[in-house]
Amino acid sequence: MPDVTFTVDGKKLTAPAGTLLIEACRKAGIEIPSFCYYPGLSLQAACRMCLVRQEKVPKLQTACTTTVAEGQIFTTESPEITQARKAMTELLLGNHPLDCPVCDAGGECELQDMTFKYGAGESLYAETKQHRNEQQWSPAVFYDRPRCILCYRCVRVCGEGMDVWALGVENRGVHSVIVPNVPGENGGGDQLDCEECGMCIDICPVGALTSGSYRYKTRPWEMNHVSTVCTHCADGCKVTLGVRQSNNGSEIVRGDNRDKSGMNGDFLCAKGRFGFDFVNHPERLTTPLLRNAAGELEPATWEDALRVAGARLKEVRDSRGGATIGVIGSNRTTNEENYLLQKFARTVLATNNIDHERTTDYAAFACALAGHPGKTAGLREIPSAPAILLVGGNPTDEHPFLAWQLRTNVRLNKARLYIANSRPIKLERQAKLTQELPPGGYWRLAAFLDAGQSDFSKAILAEESLIVIFGEEFRGPAVESLIAWGLKRANVRFAYLGDHANSHGAADMGLFPDLLPGYVPVTAPGPFAEYPNLPAAPGKTLPQMLDVANGGLGALLVVGANPVTRREVDLAALQNTFLIVQDLFLTETAALAHVVFPAASLYEKSGTVTNTFGDLQMVRKASDRAGAKPDFEILVRLAGAMGEEVKKLVPFGRGAMTADLGQSRGAQAGEADRHAVWLEANGLEPRLSPFDPFAVLDEIERLVPGYKLDRMNLMTGNDVRTEVAPTQPATASAIGGEDLIVPAHDTLFTSSTLGRYCSGLNEIEAHQTREHAEAAAD
Amino acid sequence: MSTETISIFSPELATRFDALVTKYPVKRSALVPMLLYAQDEIGYLSDAVITEIAHRLGLTELDVRNVASYYSMLRFKPAGRYNIQVCTNICCMLRGAYDLYERFREELNIGPHGATADGLFSLEEVECIGACSWAPAIQVNYDFHDELTPDLVPGILADYRGRAQAEGSKNHA
Ligand code: SF4
Ligand code: SF4
Ligand code: SF4
Ligand code: FES
Ligand code: FES
Repeated sequence: MPDVTFTVDGKKLTAPAGTLLIEACRKAGIEIPSFCYYPGLSLQAACRMCLVRQEKVPKLQTACTTTVAEGQIFTTESPEITQARKAMTELLLGNHPLDCPVCDAGGECELQDMTFKYGAGESLYAETKQHRNEQQWSPAVFYDRPRCILCYRCVRVCGEGMDVWALGVENRGVHSVIVPNVPGENGGGDQLDCEECGMCIDICPVGALTSGSYRYKTRPWEMNHVSTVCTHCADGCKVTLGVRQSNNGSEIVRGDNRDKSGMNGDFLCAKGRFGFDFVNHPERLTTPLLRNAAGELEPATWEDALRVAGARLKEVRDSRGGATIGVIGSNRTTNEENYLLQKFARTVLATNNIDHERTTDYAAFACALAGHPGKTAGLREIPSAPAILLVGGNPTDEHPFLAWQLRTNVRLNKARLYIANSRPIKLERQAKLTQELPPGGYWRLAAFLDAGQSDFSKAILAEESLIVIFGEEFRGPAVESLIAWGLKRANVRFAYLGDHANSHGAADMGLFPDLLPGYVPVTAPGPFAEYPNLPAAPGKTLPQMLDVANGGLGALLVVGANPVTRREVDLAALQNTFLIVQDLFLTETAALAHVVFPAASLYEKSGTVTNTFGDLQMVRKASDRAGAKPDFEILVRLAGAMGEEVKKLVPFGRGAMTADLGQSRGAQAGEADRHAVWLEANGLEPRLSPFDPFAVLDEIERLVPGYKLDRMNLMTGNDVRTEVAPTQPATASAIGGEDLIVPAHDTLFTSSTLGRYCSGLNEIEAHQTREHAEAAAD
Repeated sequence: MSTETISIFSPELATRFDALVTKYPVKRSALVPMLLYAQDEIGYLSDAVITEIAHRLGLTELDVRNVASYYSMLRFKPAGRYNIQVCTNICCMLRGAYDLYERFREELNIGPHGATADGLFSLEEVECIGACSWAPAIQVNYDFHDELTPDLVPGILADYRGRAQAEGSKNHA
């Protein structure tokens, strides 16, 4: 659309013709109040708060539906408009209860703000208010009917945004209420059968919809709000955690999207929004455990536990050699921790026996793309791509945010979504074309497309630019063939789907027996030649480490993983192995350990994580759990307990930098502070602590191919791109990668081992199971 | 899906619905007439009615309930065989509609939206039924009675009781 020029409050503005006035004004910094208008959703024009005066038009106009055209003249603030808005507010308050002092929304309520701004403190209505009781629709969603101002945001976000359509409006006029989709005794809806994302709660401008986990717990101004990254699936939504002090550290009381600054904007699924309560789970480990003479785990001090673990690791290494020690890393710890873990394994324990629970074949992906930079697509690009081919998987369940991005793109930009799958999935409702594939027939996809026989392949071949999104159905050679197909064509980019918050980071950081960080083969270590003692031969994979036939390891260190629940594992393999586990809970694996260290969760530490699309984001410490320590710190302390020089592991306090930590006096006072300011401005802040993960991030940037980060953006809380192996020649292998992959197949309410400790999610899941059982019985 | 395999409606009505859904540019436009016809046949909008109509139109049941609950003439509970609707809008009110209404209440011994134990009568207050010139007026199902006084109430009721007897026990719902 061509730009047009129009006048608002005497200011000349320019915007493409057809832009909504309210949007054009917002861009220019002129705020027009609104309740029902919400960017990206259909127009409702129900609340009349956005009234403005347009010259030559007899009545006030709604800015949320007025499109701009050349030469128009608008007034957005005048006594007349103020009076109109005041009157609207008064009408809304006509039946609104005066319970701001106890309402969850109090302090961040749009109605409160408007009342404050426009007055309407007195009401001319003498009618009694219609009170109706609050309803609980599900464990997650409560509805307080009298507080509702009928803006229909919730109805639209659930329908248009989530494609769930679980909410509607019942009755007429003053009797109108929002209703959920499962009818109760009296016909009106009173239960929800939905995806329980909580989008409706967050989008509600008032306190009508409240969340089961947060309601009546605290007030917004009593919390600290920390933006970090969701710890569940591999999409990496930014989530703002509301944290309050408690008597054992601090308590997370809310998850939402307060600043909407992440790539997920206002989106969060049930796991991101409600799945934080595991941090306060009663079974949370808060003290190290040591196996005593009687063979039982008993609480120990950190000093004792570290001493025992360190001494034993040292002894096994020195007497039997590093090759008898194994290390299993995590899909949920930070990049820095994963990097440190493999560095610890390789340089301190002198072993390449390191692996993680692989949920997809990132090594094959990196290998197939080696030497072809710029061929991966970030999650931010999905909502504007003209055409997307989604192969396999079920993003609605496994990658809720990706599903949201795809729906948004189709809805707002009419993007062409093509789906090839062996089973029907919900996203097909948005698809332009679908293609059924035989289960196990994925690897023939490239040939099928090239043949160009079907309408589906013809349409794909006709696309000028395409993002191909695929997952664990493609492994090893299948990944290669699909990528080779895409590389032949000009504008094809890829995204590869795995599970868990940092599985991509775990792979990128070299938790492989034969690959160093950045998929650099251990046999040709390149930049990692500087590692002291790096063993030259590839080590054992996870199943090999846990294979009885291999005679068992002398020692095994498991960080944030629960490998003994895997099908192929025979516990006999661990009989003579000294097992050290770092985890949040006494998992099946931890229960077998000789030493258990209580670890901090992703919400209790800093660092970075990389989502499955290669978008890297900063994780910020939100809460604190007395007794638990970040895995980073545990590893550093473990190295210390083994008598290692920690500085070799974590490059902290390096160089000539001597900071006086603000202790200088006299003429030099403040010198160190000024110096620190200068260093920071140049991205060189002094790493003064061996527990500072950013010291390791510096090393990652220096050594790991593909991790040249845009620090400025990262530090301001944005996501930045990483590349998988942009320049490496294609020699990566990740030995027999295909068979090692066990996808998590988590649903909307499960999150593997961690999910068991999310009580809120479990309740939601039970509710949904009940609703489905009842629906099926009807 | 144009034809339901098993319909809860009579074959005539089912055929009528099949035709109705093809009449509009979008199927859901047939919703309001369908609800009305379904209510006339079944007596009220039962869960089964809502399920079938939603299915016929490709809507969610929630959609159907939302529309249906907007209209006060659509009901979700069975009414009596003769649904007495007393207009209490301005003209009728000025000419004694409330006396009339009270008399019906006394005679039938039921409250608003109630139904008699024998299922014969139900009673409700309604908005203007367009018979203002002959106020006060009532509507019993689709029959009008106008220029009424409370004294005429027992006669009207007796009349319908007689009719019911004549028609035998053929039940409405
Ligand atoms: S929780 Fe999500 S899916 Fe459920 S009603 Fe609210 S918006 Fe819809
Ligand atoms: S519940 Fe909230 S979002 Fe939904 S209509 Fe009411 S005020 Fe708007
Ligand atoms: S989509 Fe994934 S990352 Fe986003 S909130 Fe849900 S579980 Fe967390
Ligand atoms: S924002 Fe324009 S009418 Fe509600
Ligand atoms: S007011 Fe009663 S019929 Fe019009």
